[in-house]
Amino acid sequence: MSLYPVINQKDTRSGFGAGLLELGKNNPNVVALCADLTGSLKMDAFAKEFPERFIQVGIAEANMMGVAAGLTIGGKIPFTGTFANFSTGRVYDQIRQSIAYSGKNVKICASHAGLTLGEDGATHQILEDIGLMKMLPGMVVINPCDYNQTKAATIAIAAHQGPVYLRFGRPVVPNFIPENQKFEIGKALKLMEGHDVSIFATGHLVWQALLAHNILKEKGISAEIINIHTIKPFDRNAVLSSVKKTGCAVSAEEHQINGGLGDSIAQTLSQNYPTPLEFVGVNDTFGESGTPEQLMIKYGLTSTNIVKAALNVIARKK
Amino acid sequence: MEFSTIYKVYEQASFSAAIALFSCKILMFMKASVKELEDLCLQVRRDIVRMVHAVNSGHPGGSLGCTEYMVALYFNIMNHKSTSFDMDGINQDVFVLSNGHISPVFYSVLARSGYFDIAELASFRKLNSRLQGHPTTHEHLPGVRIASGSLGQGMSVAIGAALAKKMNNDASLVYSLHGDGELQEGQIWEAALFASANKVDNLICTVDYNGQQIDGSTEKVLSLGNITQKFEAFGWLVLELQEGNNITQVIAGLEKAKAMTGKGKPVMIIMHTEMGYGVDFMMGSHKWHGVAPNNEQLADALKQLPETLGDY
Repeated sequence: MSLYPVINQKDTRSGFGAGLLELGKNNPNVVALCADLTGSLKMDAFAKEFPERFIQVGIAEANMMGVAAGLTIGGKIPFTGTFANFSTGRVYDQIRQSIAYSGKNVKICASHAGLTLGEDGATHQILEDIGLMKMLPGMVVINPCDYNQTKAATIAIAAHQGPVYLRFGRPVVPNFIPENQKFEIGKALKLMEGHDVSIFATGHLVWQALLAHNILKEKGISAEIINIHTIKPFDRNAVLSSVKKTGCAVSAEEHQINGGLGDSIAQTLSQNYPTPLEFVGVNDTFGESGTPEQLMIKYGLTSTNIVKAALNVIARKK
Repeated sequence: MEFSTIYKVYEQASFSAAIALFSCKILMFMKASVKELEDLCLQVRRDIVRMVHAVNSGHPGGSLGCTEYMVALYFNIMNHKSTSFDMDGINQDVFVLSNGHISPVFYSVLARSGYFDIAELASFRKLNSRLQGHPTTHEHLPGVRIASGSLGQGMSVAIGAALAKKMNNDASLVYSLHGDGELQEGQIWEAALFASANKVDNLICTVDYNGQQIDGSTEKVLSLGNITQKFEAFGWLVLELQEGNNITQVIAGLEKAKAMTGKGKPVMIIMHTEMGYGVDFMMGSHKWHGVAPNNEQLADALKQLPETLGDY
């Protein structure tokens, strides 16, 4: 994996915090709102540096989404921050009407997504948020894979006019995307060239996909690894050009299989280039308490699961 | 609104429509007299019943009850630019309609104050219209800054717009209108708590206190208790406006509310109105919340509402 050595170990939410701070310095219209999770969201640096542009809304997420929508009316670019669960399911109608349907330039920034939230358990481990948000017309949905990509994505979405859902996580994970890599919304990133199987991964599962690449390589299998950081708009061309070469695919995400990245891939393939596809994701179940590592193993979201899915899907090739 | 626009309307639509626009133009230049405002209220009420009758759907009751408030706001109280609408509304007063189902009165007042051609009122609730059943920005109708319909969201939006004004050093005000039944939504109280805690004192919210909602009286459905005391307890300055269907009283109430801004607290007007006001058989009953009149009922209603500024 010479192309992507581990730079360091960092949490993606800190990438968000760093990106937000940089935006604060460069764009006076950027304002931040938080629902009593400033430390968890790593928004404290922004709050300290720009107190006049930081709004503590308290534990009232519905109001936060409405206030954010209202701020756009004065030309502001609001970034809301809370856990992914409270950023989506809890306030779906507020987002749908006041932000998405109203076409408001709000950036919904969501931490602690998925199982890797860990010990707090299923009440907080939302695994349905990508599906909820990608169904909203006009909503951009981004799930970056590491600290550097999250920071770059945070900066990039401020320049996009319209609502965005930015999803990231709690745990410290390998940081391997080069620091200065430009983030292009909707443009999938090919991390490894391969010709036997395409592995499309998003979020924390991108690193697992890279580990799977190495394991498969030892077995003489050449896997192409593509980082789908933007679930919507979906980079159909990246998916199609890869599977036309490899003839089979695996999707990998820390999300329900229903409604997630795999669904978007399946739609694209069935419509344009029917290809065997295996899904690595959570299979119609809630999570539970445990360490992130234990949970990822129990619910089948590791490199081992990706390897297994790759072998299965290769066997299905005609 | 330019005179050329009025002339175009004269050429393409009708003499009366052009006269209507011309009278609006004059009203925009100077504060309208009470008689002129009352004429506007009559015409807006005609628009409302004709609009909902034409598509046999929509919400006449609350629309008729809030006519004086909306006319007062757009023709007397607010500083706004109807001919060059922009979303940000910098250095203008901004209005947020939270109870979006009273879109008929909103659309009529927007059109008659020059945001768009009154002829477009005929497209209300029809396919490919900018005048959706509930207001939306999605179809780019001038004058609408947020979608509403799903209740309880507008106060938060109004607060956000008011905060943006403060950040922009814009001394203009933000107004919002809410149904009383809407106060049953929890988000209203999140917003109420936030507005006082954050001293959002460039905001004047109004509750259309008609005591009616779809299933019956608010008292029966879910009693609101003493909402004046509730908002006071939430840290708001509260003003009771007893005669919400008297244009003079509404203007006086709104002027008083304006004088209460800038004092570190958000301002709330509890505006007593009668649902269906102006059409005797619609008055005071929840039954006309979301029901359109039939042909006979329309004729009866229009008899009570003489044409003053020209129908659309």
